Amino acid sequence: MRIIWTILVKDLRIEWRSRETLPSMCVFGLLVVFLFNFAFETAREETLRLLPGLLWVAFAFAGVLGFNRSFAAERENGCLEGLALAPIDPSTIFLGKMLANLVFLGVAEAVVIFAASLWYNFSFFPALAWLAAILFFGSLGYAALGTIFGAVAAHTHMREVMLPVLQFPVAFWILILAIDATADALRGAPRVEIAGGVYRVAGVSLIFVVAGFLLFEYVLEE
Amino acid sequence: MPPATSRAERALELHRVSKYFGDVAALRNVSLRFVPGESVLVYGPNGAGKTTLLRTLAGLARPSEGEVRFEGRNLIENSAAPKKALGFASHSSFLYGELSPRENLRFSGRLFGLRDLDRAVSSALDLFDLGARADEPVRTLSRGLVQRTSLARAFLHDPTFLLLDEPFTGLDATSVKNLELLLAGLVRQGKALILSNHNFEQGAALAHRLVELDGGRLKYDGRLEGAPRVSEGGPSLPESSLGKAEG
Amino acid sequence: MTERLSSAAHLYITSVWMTVALYMDFLYAPRELTMGEVQRIFYVHFSLAVTALFGYLLIFLGGVAYLWKRSRAADDFSHACAEVGFVYCCGVLLTGPLWARPVWGIWWTWDARLTSTFILWLLYIAYLMLRAYVTSPGRVEILASVVGIIGFVDAIVDYMAIRWWRTQHPQPVIMGGAGSGLEPRMWLTVMVTWGAFLCLFAYLVRARMALAEARRELRALKRELAM
Repeated sequence: MRIIWTILVKDLRIEWRSRETLPSMCVFGLLVVFLFNFAFETAREETLRLLPGLLWVAFAFAGVLGFNRSFAAERENGCLEGLALAPIDPSTIFLGKMLANLVFLGVAEAVVIFAASLWYNFSFFPALAWLAAILFFGSLGYAALGTIFGAVAAHTHMREVMLPVLQFPVAFWILILAIDATADALRGAPRVEIAGGVYRVAGVSLIFVVAGFLLFEYVLEE
Repeated sequence: MPPATSRAERALELHRVSKYFGDVAALRNVSLRFVPGESVLVYGPNGAGKTTLLRTLAGLARPSEGEVRFEGRNLIENSAAPKKALGFASHSSFLYGELSPRENLRFSGRLFGLRDLDRAVSSALDLFDLGARADEPVRTLSRGLVQRTSLARAFLHDPTFLLLDEPFTGLDATSVKNLELLLAGLVRQGKALILSNHNFEQGAALAHRLVELDGGRLKYDGRLEGAPRVSEGGPSLPESSLGKAEG
Repeated sequence: MTERLSSAAHLYITSVWMTVALYMDFLYAPRELTMGEVQRIFYVHFSLAVTALFGYLLIFLGGVAYLWKRSRAADDFSHACAEVGFVYCCGVLLTGPLWARPVWGIWWTWDARLTSTFILWLLYIAYLMLRAYVTSPGRVEILASVVGIIGFVDAIVDYMAIRWWRTQHPQPVIMGGAGSGLEPRMWLTVMVTWGAFLCLFAYLVRARMALAEARRELRALKRELAM
């Protein structure tokens, strides 16, 4: 537990110094929303219908960008091997990196949602609690996959291409279920329906958290 | 100093180890045994398997065949205790560029669960004379300072077995002298020193045992004085950075 | 020598079985009432689809076996299954539209089952691309095993999650229980065709594994000659 915290703090401190990952994630997410607006020029009602999908596409791209950077930093100077030399359980490294990725993704999501609510004159407050739950569980699974695939892609050429190729097909259902649940939450569907959506997102996400947790030690190996 | 028997039990061994990278064999059926108090020079031409040997001993590379044993038990399966007893420095510094030497060492110390972290870190910094630059980001430091920080990192948790891959790379004359003195002192204290070096004389001055590799095979293992290379006089080709691709 | 003999026998059996399957698809199986002759593509389509999914299960098993035992054969097996399975999966995506166009009036729709087959195809691509792009040769097997295992977990999630979606695709006729109403002769044809495609799959995997082994030997010999 202490080790997970140590790794998380280390990642946050590095980000605080370099300010590379988080700003690029936010800018990228905003650009997706911005381009979408002019690509479709939809009426306001139409936009609100499309908004959940739009938001999650923006999160998905911003996330991939961040996950790639997260392991680019570890690969530099062989830091990932430095972690492997320490007498710690490899799955704690996974959890530490996953939490750091989750924090970055969460901040980027907050920025994108805030901007979208201004640009589309829409208030997210009525559904805030539901939205927070959906964002948390959806991002958790997405970050878990991004962490293990980021570590895998770090060992390939063209990791910028390799990561999305690995990430998107596997994360497909997390995104789809999260989009469905977000849409339900935004249009004020009955409680039970939204809750069902949240459970499904959480269930699928947890499957991938467990898979990443169990498999990460092999990715460190040579 | 502990009696000889208990020292022998604390051995780090390679037992019939082979390591393949794809189809290329970097080590072929190598058996070696190291005990505390020894100082060993690992020597051989480019691509001989020196780096792979050290990485395998450090537990970073898993043998394709055979096993690495620490105190008689498989290193891969019981990795926590041996990792505390091993210190490894290589041409990758294992340091985060955005963090200062002090922060890097503190991070590493936490992972190793060191008790008196502040003292351990500051004494490791002093040992390599890093005090003045200890709070600047590693990416702004010169190669020699990075190398010293990297060594400080390997020494931080006071390991019994020091695995050093080309430790003198990038150091200036003073630092080389200091490191030589430090290593000699550590061996006298009963640590095991296993180092690879491209400069044969420099490495030989520190070691009493020579392990020579060629094409991943063990060519010579024994006392340095009797080694054929010494009677031939002088080192063979200096190693270029090309050899580093093997890891 | 026995290996070569049994491989030849395997090829022979596959050819005969495939011929029988073709005969049954086109002549033995009765004409479907509503869809007509075009429905006959179903036998091939179904066999390819089930085998493609089965192929990813084999990649998963090979991956688990590799991580557990570190046997090179297990990894060769996964790799072979991925290549052959990918070809099968391409077959599914080609035969599907050929059937869909006359029956549904469209080539493609993002229906749940089509989507999950498409995802399976992407998972095959991800696995094969990873193998091609890994930089350090010692790591290919481990990383491929990890990706194969997660990919299969995703395929499972996939086939669970489509239940939450509405679907245009014909409901599973085979596993649908007694009342699902497939004519006995059709049923037999499905089984025989599927068997033929499985047999072909096994033959191709085997040939691919032999090829991997031969390449390895060749490289070893080349290196020895060079030394």
